[in-house]
Amino acid sequence: MEILLALASGVLYTAGIYLMLRRRLAQLIIGLGLLSNGTNVLIFAVGGLTRGTPPVVAQGAEQLVPPYADPVPQALVLTAIVIGFGLLAFLLVLAHRVHALVGTDDVDDVGRER
Amino acid sequence: MRALVLPIIVPMITAAIMLLAPRRPVMQRWIGLAGAVVLLVSTVAVFGRVNGDGIQVLQVGGWPAPFGITLVADLLSALLLVAVGIVAVAVSGASFAGVDPRREAFGYYPLIQILLMGVSGAFLTGDFFNLYVWFEVMLVASFVLMALHRNRPQLEAAFKYVTINLIASSIFLTALGLLYGVTGTLNMAALAQSWPSVQQTGMDAILAVLLIIAFSIKAGLFPLFFWLPASYHTPPAAVGAVFAGLLTKVGVYALLRIFTLLFQSGPGALATMLLAMSAATMVIGLIAAQRERDFRRILSFNLVGHIGYTTASLAVLTPAALGAAIFYVLHHIIVITNLFLVSGVLLRLRRTTDLKSLGGFYTSQPLFAAVAMVPIFSLAGVPPLSGFLGKLAILAGVFEAGAYWVGGIVLVVGLLTLLSMGRTWAEAFWQPSAEVDRATPGTALMMAISALSAVTLAMTWLAGPLFDITLRAANQLLQRDDYIRAVLGGAS
Repeated sequence: MEILLALASGVLYTAGIYLMLRRRLAQLIIGLGLLSNGTNVLIFAVGGLTRGTPPVVAQGAEQLVPPYADPVPQALVLTAIVIGFGLLAFLLVLAHRVHALVGTDDVDDVGRER
Repeated sequence: MRALVLPIIVPMITAAIMLLAPRRPVMQRWIGLAGAVVLLVSTVAVFGRVNGDGIQVLQVGGWPAPFGITLVADLLSALLLVAVGIVAVAVSGASFAGVDPRREAFGYYPLIQILLMGVSGAFLTGDFFNLYVWFEVMLVASFVLMALHRNRPQLEAAFKYVTINLIASSIFLTALGLLYGVTGTLNMAALAQSWPSVQQTGMDAILAVLLIIAFSIKAGLFPLFFWLPASYHTPPAAVGAVFAGLLTKVGVYALLRIFTLLFQSGPGALATMLLAMSAATMVIGLIAAQRERDFRRILSFNLVGHIGYTTASLAVLTPAALGAAIFYVLHHIIVITNLFLVSGVLLRLRRTTDLKSLGGFYTSQPLFAAVAMVPIFSLAGVPPLSGFLGKLAILAGVFEAGAYWVGGIVLVVGLLTLLSMGRTWAEAFWQPSAEVDRATPGTALMMAISALSAVTLAMTWLAGPLFDITLRAANQLLQRDDYIRAVLGGAS
């Protein structure tokens, strides 16, 4: 399962970077979105995947018995997802404004004064 | 020490109070100024405590160190916080000169406070993931301040700025993920302790390079600085002042932290890499500054070039050089903020910062010229001002450590800075001009500039004691065991 997530994360990074090198703003934004999700998958995977054993002390037991899932990466990923979502929304609005003002979504044309 | 949260929550509360008076800019200005003064007082209090009793730690929520979020203030953090307080007061004061109504309507004043909160948080946190969160707080506020533009070059600048910063954040987050995977913690002190085990896994070089790239983008180091001069000259003066004064310094601060906490024991190639990047930053920044004809673009390139000074002397990693770097960062925060406020006066007087429409202020605005002389010549490094003292200390530190070629570059770049700022002074202030001033400099801006110039003069006058403090801060950084003990030892 780890290898699958590692591959997924790699594919997301690759696709994200490829899209960011394109000229259209829409592709740039999608690329950034993929990149941040690649990072999220990476964090989730490096924390180690443990199935079916939540980090909860069992009834009657005194302490946690390994193996149990590490809750910290999940907290980190949740935070990162929320931040990434907010930034992506902001970027979409910015792109919309650029498009409304400039009438193009070619990165090279945005700064050109007519 | 509970007061450690104050530099974070004071701007937050100030912003919240401002939002209760949404359509009353004048009231928001007063609230902002009051909040900034409280912030300055609280940072000075934190500094006094750290200066007297050593490193202060607050385990937020009472969670013991590697598990909860830790706030730590050592001398470096405390000094930078005081600088944040000073910039906050100056910029809040300068905002009385007026900001365009559109920005005021879209929350200019609260956003400045949120930005200050992010910067304070970044300087205080003892946890890498928390640092990431503060970066984002700072960035989102700066994005909005940057993006409230109408014309095309400004929008383009905003887009570049947002994109490059998001990429830097992604790289930082990737490094954090890997770091957690290897060590199982993101607490800075715990990481400093377990770094040797990272070195055994061979992941240290990858992690280090990812972190250095992420922070170098924020700090504006070669070859990652091109976004900075492309965007910093577009926002209004007060916004540019906060950005130039504080945002890049957060990147420098992060580099200072990782180099002293993690990379002190190697790999040695990292210091060489940082040294080479810094040298290139200095040279290219200042050469590029020579060909610019716009006051704020000249400042942007000078800003980039001088970041190289601090990181070069950080890469040497001796107490003397590190102390000099800290002094230089403090000097630079005050001076560059001041110069961007000066550009605000230029905009009022002539509606532009293009050098060919400036000139003649020496006769038409003698008081303004006299006050503006302090930051311009301090940045240029004219004795006896603080810029000269800082550069002298950096030179001494670098030569003492035997990095002669860097010392040579520092000298050449010092000359280029003198040339760049000297020409700016001559063309913008000294030479006669046919243009007429369209307004007065404005009391608010003049007071802010005078106050910051006074701080620069005070830093010059009190350079001796200040150097003692920065040297102690450098020694504190290099003896990381004290930091680790303060955080993990459970003192609160």
